[in-house]
Amino acid sequence: MTQFIYMFIFAVIYLLSIAVAAGFLTVVERRIAGRMQSRIGPNRVGPQGIVQWIADAVKALQKEDIIPTDAHSFLFKIAPYLVFMGVFLTLVPIPFGAYTLMENLDTGIFYVLAMASFVVIGVMMGGWASNNKWSLLGGMRSAAQMISYEVPAALAVFVVVVMAGTLNFQKIVFSQGASPVDWYVFRNPFAFIAFNIFFIAALAEGNRVPFDIPEAESELVSGYNTEYSGMRFLFFFLAEWGNLVVIGALVSTLFFGGWNFWFEYTLEFSVPGRYPIRFEVLGFLWFLFKVSIFVFIIIWIRWTLPRLRIDQLMDICWKYMVPIGLFASIGILLWMYFVPEKSLADTIMRYSMTSFGGLTILYFFYRVFQNLRVTKAKIYANPFV
Amino acid sequence: MTSATREKELKPRVEITQISGTEIEVNMGPHHPSTHGVIRFILFIDGEIVVRAVPDVGYLHRSIEKIAESMPYSFFMPYTDRVDYVAAINCNLGYALAIEAMGGLEVPERATWLRMIGVELNRIMSHLVGVGALPLDLGAFTPFVHALREREHMMDLLEILTGTRMNNNYIRFGGVCQDVDDEFLKKLEKYLDHFVLFLEEYDRLIGTNKIFIERLKNVGIVSGEKALSYSFSGPNLRASGIGLDLRKVDPYCFYNDMKFDVPVGKGIKGTVGDSFDRYIVRIEEMAECEKILRQILSKIKEGPIQSKVPKKLVLPAGEAYHHTESARGELGYHIISDGKSASPYRIKIRTGSFASMTSLAEIFKGMMVADVIAYFASLDIVAPEVDR
Repeated sequence: MTQFIYMFIFAVIYLLSIAVAAGFLTVVERRIAGRMQSRIGPNRVGPQGIVQWIADAVKALQKEDIIPTDAHSFLFKIAPYLVFMGVFLTLVPIPFGAYTLMENLDTGIFYVLAMASFVVIGVMMGGWASNNKWSLLGGMRSAAQMISYEVPAALAVFVVVVMAGTLNFQKIVFSQGASPVDWYVFRNPFAFIAFNIFFIAALAEGNRVPFDIPEAESELVSGYNTEYSGMRFLFFFLAEWGNLVVIGALVSTLFFGGWNFWFEYTLEFSVPGRYPIRFEVLGFLWFLFKVSIFVFIIIWIRWTLPRLRIDQLMDICWKYMVPIGLFASIGILLWMYFVPEKSLADTIMRYSMTSFGGLTILYFFYRVFQNLRVTKAKIYANPFV
Repeated sequence: MTSATREKELKPRVEITQISGTEIEVNMGPHHPSTHGVIRFILFIDGEIVVRAVPDVGYLHRSIEKIAESMPYSFFMPYTDRVDYVAAINCNLGYALAIEAMGGLEVPERATWLRMIGVELNRIMSHLVGVGALPLDLGAFTPFVHALREREHMMDLLEILTGTRMNNNYIRFGGVCQDVDDEFLKKLEKYLDHFVLFLEEYDRLIGTNKIFIERLKNVGIVSGEKALSYSFSGPNLRASGIGLDLRKVDPYCFYNDMKFDVPVGKGIKGTVGDSFDRYIVRIEEMAECEKILRQILSKIKEGPIQSKVPKKLVLPAGEAYHHTESARGELGYHIISDGKSASPYRIKIRTGSFASMTSLAEIFKGMMVADVIAYFASLDIVAPEVDR
């Protein structure tokens, strides 16, 4: 019984902290979008508008909970919770630090892929139960899209699983090191391909631009959540932003070393008592930093790109990403067999890929400043307006 | 996949759906995020593919043409703003030129130059809305805001020129309503320097975007022949490869002194007359407008801005049709006067948007729902201009 109470308390804390993170992200996204669009964004509620999300939530709670007369009432009501659940359950096995995780599941990645499917059910349920043709179209689109993109995502995850030899997230983090050369993304070309595929597939599974066709607001009004209002709509909303955290966390755990901070950890070292608490805090912050970089990239993509058409979306998945994913997953098997870890080829590949990654980032900044020079634009760098 | 091949593929499916009854009817509009106002289509879709479509116009009909019959000629000028609120001065100009041609009214030189400044600025503003709303309808929000930001600067300029930001009611018979000082001209020139850079940046941001190109190329192809049969005009016709610009073909104001090119669709990414051509033609046209504005700035001279016009204007009996190149194609005013009263017997306005609407039912057939939006947005239709 005591254990159940503890579990309950932890679950509530976990849910609240993720909900707060998702709420906070809505403000962050709107501020970033504002700066990208030469406007300010919400800055009135609290300092720099950081508690805008509370105001939004209070507003949404006050709204009437409208259920269309012809809707299937029960399915309509539970659909948002399924979507919410699907997103938030995926965060259970993801480690935010050596101890900061809900459950160290041995089936970690498998569990995440399974839980992500709840979203499809919820979205389709909401789309169908609304008894609205636009919602139905949105629901059908998302079913086709999410199920398709689970295939390349699984193939990309397979590459990591082969390299780590485990499904457990914590062990995947341990098997990568702290420095960039030890990250899976820079280990070998196949892992790099897998990272790209996983990131794109995760965007598609999370219904983010350029793959947001299920809710395509200019085509389907609002897709599967057209008929939703008030708090039920907010649940879809929270799930979408919670999903940002999930994508960022998954990518940084699987490919970018997770929370592993500075020192070489081993499994023995992480035994409680021998592990300094300051490493835990630093590791947590380091992980949050990585996650926020990916979250920023996703937001950036969202506010830059148009969306694809459904047939192009399917083309990308089945004609490009699945074959490339298969190539990567076969390639990684050969690589693991012929190039043993710590061998000369392995070391050369690690260092050259890391420097390639660094150079790419440098080149990006070079291009940004070149563009600024060409267009003679002024930089307004002050983020606090 | 071109729409022609898609249509071919669609043929047997249509027959099957008619038997099985899986074709569903969806109502796009009048309240829909991307029907640009209150235009409505009834789409019969089979999955994602439109089997047939019925465009429904008239939700914004304010009977502007009928209103004209009950008021003096000059009172109708503010109503012309509302024909196409995105390019209001263009609509003013068409009406004023028609009346002036009919009544034989003189226009001072400076007034004509000022009219041209207003018209060309307004044309750029209108095209900015067009090329901004296009990525918006394809799901990219930021380019739209950037385009509107530039439009905002131009509205500030128009406010100096005309006194209002939108619905300017700027042009009077035989002149314009107010003069500007040299400071405005300097401001305009300074702004044009900035605008060239913006245009280039905008085209690089969105026009070279792979997804944007993929969404637009080979979508909604309107061949030159087809475009003429739909009586397309303006940028939509030029995108189909027919370089017909009334400023060149039938010059009014001082357009025959101006040096500018008429951009036509070349099918640089796909086929001539596809949606991408309609986008790129508008972008190129904005650059041409900028050239024209610079030439105007170098030629404009001091002088009167209003000629003598009788207070009670009674036009001689007869009828006249005057067409101008508006931002959305040929804008024609057909005016019939009975020669006795101070108000027109009948006014008919020919607008480019309405002509563009005629193509929808045929082009939509066999398209995907997402392409419907892309094609419709690429036509740059403004709802009040369709219905008047």
